[in-house]
Amino acid sequence: MPTVLDVNGLSKGFTLHHLAKEIAAFDEISFSVAAGEFLLLKGANGAGKSTLLRTLYRSYLPQAGVIRFHSDHGPIDLARAADVDIAHLRRTEIGFVTQFLTARPRVSAEALVAEPLRLAGVATPEALDRARAALETFGVKPELWPAYPTTFSGGEQQKVNLARTLILPQKLLLLDEPTASLDANARAALVARLAELKAHGTAVIGVFHHPDDVLHLIDRVVDLTPNAIREEVRDDVAF
Amino acid sequence: MTLALDAPRIVQTRPLLQVQSVSKSYSDVHALRDVSAIAYPGEVLGVVGESGSGKSTLLRMMNLEETPDTGSYTLDLPDVAGNLFELDRFARRMLCATRIGIVYQNPHLGLLMKHSSSGNVAERLLVAGERSFAVLREKATTALEASEFPLERLDAPPIELSGGMQQRVQLAKAIALEPALLLLDEPTTGLDVSVQALVLDTLKRLQQDRQITMVIVSHDLGVIRTLADRVMVMRRGAVVEAGLADQIFQDPQHAYTQQLVHAKL
Ligand SMILES: Nc1ncnc2c1ncn2[C@@H]1O[C@H](COP(=O)(O)OP(=O)(O)O)[C@@H](O)[C@H]1O
Ligand SMILES: Nc1ncnc2c1ncn2[C@@H]1O[C@H](COP(=O)(O)OP(=O)(O)O)[C@@H](O)[C@H]1O
Ligand SMILES: [Mg+2]
Ligand SMILES: [Mg+2]
Repeated sequence: MPTVLDVNGLSKGFTLHHLAKEIAAFDEISFSVAAGEFLLLKGANGAGKSTLLRTLYRSYLPQAGVIRFHSDHGPIDLARAADVDIAHLRRTEIGFVTQFLTARPRVSAEALVAEPLRLAGVATPEALDRARAALETFGVKPELWPAYPTTFSGGEQQKVNLARTLILPQKLLLLDEPTASLDANARAALVARLAELKAHGTAVIGVFHHPDDVLHLIDRVVDLTPNAIREEVRDDVAF
Repeated sequence: MTLALDAPRIVQTRPLLQVQSVSKSYSDVHALRDVSAIAYPGEVLGVVGESGSGKSTLLRMMNLEETPDTGSYTLDLPDVAGNLFELDRFARRMLCATRIGIVYQNPHLGLLMKHSSSGNVAERLLVAGERSFAVLREKATTALEASEFPLERLDAPPIELSGGMQQRVQLAKAIALEPALLLLDEPTTGLDVSVQALVLDTLKRLQQDRQITMVIVSHDLGVIRTLADRVMVMRRGAVVEAGLADQIFQDPQHAYTQQLVHAKL
């Protein structure tokens, strides 16, 4: 399978000027992920898992290293890419599921979920049909589909969030503890969708609160615990 | 900033707006020092900074109300070419009347306070050459409706309206000609918090529906966070830091930006 992401010598820390303080997150991380591979990120609380995902998404600026992403337009270093390219890749090739939905005023749940499809050129009626199917899969009640998620509970918002982020298969999918506020049914739906995306060729990098849920999907593990053996291939890993 | 401009690119879209190395002094005040700004089509550029940092001056430049001492300004639009600061007064006025909309913090700057609200919007259409009364009325109403202005108040003059409603009239006037660029100078500053949220809602929805390129200036980071895709932080006339909104809010690099973000948390 072709490589999707090649990370080399990636380092990130934070300089907090007002406290005259440096916080190290991770240092010289290297790993790669191919199409259809599922990489589990592990490590204790504070080990830098979320920071790594955010750095790959370029919400955080890395201090050193290369994040070579093989985009449809050719290879590009996400660590140095122009903002406009990053914005474009986020719309088209790189997805990020966090624990929070960015709800927008007076945009219905179904419209929010349909949006990535519409931006990709799917006609609105079809996009809405698919959006409703995705909402159903994650267990959002039909009466909520036309309602505004700004008023939803945390769990409901997260289901909308998952439906939206996972509706369009992307080349690279980043997941930061997506199951944290989900009930068992929604968790099962998420795992099923991830299996589908993986089969479709999506490269997945994820942090999971309950890794047991996704055990059968994992191909690689990167451990961010300081001094841990950094990257292991699935066969060698004991769980 | 340099990161964004120097890197090799995969997206070939050109910026709609590009301001390059603009400086401006008023006697001994350096209002702008070597300021560059960029906005891609459909994007919202947020400019944030404390009072006196040069935000309004920059916006007035973008609206061609003023000319800098040095620097250039281009808009990637049909029939618009070259450094716009070199246009004469007449060409500037035409360009602004037809392609750029602006909303000022102070409604007195943007509106005729004693004319009817619909008349204020229609006036913008008249400047662009529309003469049919029926069309004027219809287009003005449409713009006011899109700005979520209560239509039963069409004939009320702004002086009789609340601050939030006055801003909606300004907004309607600004979007009546479907401009390529919408400039907003502290559009919600001075409004009650609840009214502020409603006006921001309207802006957000308009932006989503029309994919209009916007530059919004505010001292309020919350306003910028609500709307901007790309953020520019200004201090004492200079750009301190610029980047995608999530990067500026989640991983601010500069001490000044960190101070702004942390003060807001
Ligand atoms: N935006 C930030 N600013 C400053 N420090 C941060 C920021 N994000 C994370 N950190 C710090 O980086 C370290 C790693 O955090 P994180 O990536 O959230 O760990 P994990 O997700 O593995 O629990 C922690 O010390 C955390 O406080
Ligand atoms: N027309 C002018 N004449 C003299 N000084 C001006 C003029 N316009 C702006 N300034 C000065 O330039 C600086 C920046 O002002 P401004 O752009 O209004 O800041 P902001 O909008 O960020 O509050 C201020 O010190 C202001 O007093
Ligand atoms: Mg975390
Ligand atoms: Mg100002």
